[in-house]
Amino acid sequence: MGGTFQIDFGHKKPRRVIGIDLGTTNSLAAVMEASAPKVIPGADGGKLVPSVVSISPGGEIAVGNPARELLLTQPERTVYSVKRLMGRGIADVEDELKLFPFRIAEGSESVIRLVVGEHILTPPEISALILRQLKKNAEAYLGEEIAQAVITVPAYFNDAQRQATKDAGRIAGLEVLRLVNEPTAAALAYGLDKRKEGIVAVYDLGGGTFDISILKLHEGIFEVLATNGDTHLGGDDIDNLLLRIALEDVASEWGQDVSGDHEAVQRLRRAVIQAKEELSFVPFTHIEVEYRGRHYRRRIDRELFDRLITPIVDRTLGPCRNAMLDAGVKPEDIDEVVLVGGSTRIPLVRSAVEKLFRARPHTELNPDEVVALGAAVQAAILSGDVEDKLLLDVTPLSLGIETMGGVVSKLIHRNSTIPASAAETFTTAVDGQRNVLIHVVQGERELAKDCRSLARFDLKDIEPLPAGMARIEVRFLIDANGILNVTARDLRTGKEQSVEVKPSYGLTEEQVEAMIVESFELAEADFKERQLREARVEADTILAAVDKARQSDAWFELSEQERASIDEEVNKLLLVYHAGDHLMIRNQIDALNQATLKLAEIMMNAAVRGALKGTKI
Amino acid sequence: MNACWQCGSEQGESLFCKLCNALQRPTPDYYRFFGIPKKLAIDTGDLQRRFYEMSRILHPDRFLRRAPTEQQYSLEATSILNDGYRVLRDPVSRAEYILKEAGFDIGEQRSKNVPPELLEEVFELNMALEELRGGEEGVRPRLEEARRQFLSMRAEIDSEMERLFRKYDETGERAVLGEIRDLLNRRTYIRNLIVEVDKELGI
Repeated sequence: MGGTFQIDFGHKKPRRVIGIDLGTTNSLAAVMEASAPKVIPGADGGKLVPSVVSISPGGEIAVGNPARELLLTQPERTVYSVKRLMGRGIADVEDELKLFPFRIAEGSESVIRLVVGEHILTPPEISALILRQLKKNAEAYLGEEIAQAVITVPAYFNDAQRQATKDAGRIAGLEVLRLVNEPTAAALAYGLDKRKEGIVAVYDLGGGTFDISILKLHEGIFEVLATNGDTHLGGDDIDNLLLRIALEDVASEWGQDVSGDHEAVQRLRRAVIQAKEELSFVPFTHIEVEYRGRHYRRRIDRELFDRLITPIVDRTLGPCRNAMLDAGVKPEDIDEVVLVGGSTRIPLVRSAVEKLFRARPHTELNPDEVVALGAAVQAAILSGDVEDKLLLDVTPLSLGIETMGGVVSKLIHRNSTIPASAAETFTTAVDGQRNVLIHVVQGERELAKDCRSLARFDLKDIEPLPAGMARIEVRFLIDANGILNVTARDLRTGKEQSVEVKPSYGLTEEQVEAMIVESFELAEADFKERQLREARVEADTILAAVDKARQSDAWFELSEQERASIDEEVNKLLLVYHAGDHLMIRNQIDALNQATLKLAEIMMNAAVRGALKGTKI
Repeated sequence: MNACWQCGSEQGESLFCKLCNALQRPTPDYYRFFGIPKKLAIDTGDLQRRFYEMSRILHPDRFLRRAPTEQQYSLEATSILNDGYRVLRDPVSRAEYILKEAGFDIGEQRSKNVPPELLEEVFELNMALEELRGGEEGVRPRLEEARRQFLSMRAEIDSEMERLFRKYDETGERAVLGEIRDLLNRRTYIRNLIVEVDKELGI
């Protein structure tokens, strides 16, 4: 048995843990450097990796900016904003499907499956491709293998959405040490603990989600008092609003409805996003698109923009008030306000926040990077490198079980500090009953049907007894990730009782395992594609060299038969060039090399002679 | 009491083994866990200090690189810490915890019966609420007056409860717990009335 003062395997440096912000629009990774967290740049030097994934016919995967380009030309094999679908059922996302070009595959009842080119993938698998890219970037930057990460989630994410994020990490080959709520991570990044005591509000309006968290600082402890939000509110909603206007304009100006034309819609979407972003800095701008020889241009000023988005900004204020109510604080109690998420660059958002909390918000850190930076701080806390900080977070939604008549009995209330637990004793209703089914829900409503169904837990193999005699204690524990764990014990025997979990939305353990295997296959396809491309590049080089040699004297020094055999190998290489097998190309390159040995020799000798004579051949 | 799960040495009440420093299986008793005497009247400032101190050393964040058994105990200990802090810092849930432990029935059902001395007020209140729902805005001042009345009743109950807490802590008489239980039922009833009025008045 090992001691507590475990021996550190001195030579083996503990591996680094990275922090990842897996966003709706952009994702990024950060790592703790000597004293401060730092964003990890990608291969192209950029810090933000757009959360876009594209899969080519050959199975080659593009993530980030390259995939974003493909969104225009190959929309049917490109996916974005997949975070909106994480941990959700098909019925929840009807509204999204009207606004986003997701292509849902058949058999998406329990888990949504998306069609991406020839592939059918679940949202966690697509998110895993983004995570894998970030992992790769980190490995290239840090020069070591990365196997562990802290991933952030919107504070208002429910259990299924958190579980889906954790699954994505596993599929990407990352051990997810902790899921951290995005606003809390931002508070960590700001190092607000320097002010020892105080109340902080973090307002996080991202691409697809809105969170508000109220924290109390106490000598390095970040205690979340309350959190609230809307997992379907963000910059995307503003884009969709502007897009609808642009589409209407185009329909009347061009006399043609282009809303079914993927490329046109994507170009318009880009144009409205650009205009939206510009309006944070200039008083007016234009939404402008060139498409197939046609032109659309519309002036938009900030006054109009503000009027359009006021309803969206107002939707964030209710959750803010509720969070303050739950935290037991008034606006004047708030000492500092932190803004997170790209959408908080919008002046109207800033002024609304300032008015509500009566405090000038912090904007020193880049709102796109602050969450990842905070995740890196949390990663350092977990690896023991940072000891003076601690996060105490809460569960955003109440947890309950369905009782008689479909009424919810709440076991753990929202805004309870996690880990949190509750125990409930169950019994049987009929003689000899062997199973008890427990329906667990999350939400604030009184009836189970109005709450979010999390899972059904089947207490199995109960000892057959007269009705009401069995006593099974079920313990519900929400861990530090905000994920529910359930254990059961027979109170009569003290024995552990087996529980089978049937998640309402989401992947079973077996499905996740299978996806981990499949992700390797997909990675394999990715690798094959790269090998194919490299083989073709090499073939291009040798084909060009042979073509050039045909013009040289050396070519005519060859016998007719030698020339014919070169021609034959060239033709064979051209034949295999477009087949998808890099090995066939490589073999044929070797064959052509063999056939041109004499040619190369003659040319080499000529070159040597030429060099000796000081003349060029 | 128990032996350390890791080194086998005899353990007292402490969270960590005195010999090998391994985190021990935590006690589920909130008072014992916090190391404070089982009293109804407690110093909540002291409770908060203990909560922060214990969070710092027990949180799962601190055990990620430790043995799996310790990780599990850390998770259990932190959930007891959080649950216990939530229950003990609030006088009502604290009293309920003690009552439950003493074998009192503290079900919601009892608090649904109208306390006899409130019958008249509750009848009036329900009439006024009915009128407001029917669009009779004129009853607002009456409802606001009723709300003030219930709030002051609740404040009276709270100070009476504090008195009973001290009495129980001194005497340990079970009869006092019975009084507290009845007071809590009355309080729950009044709280529900206030919630209902607030909802209708849009407060």
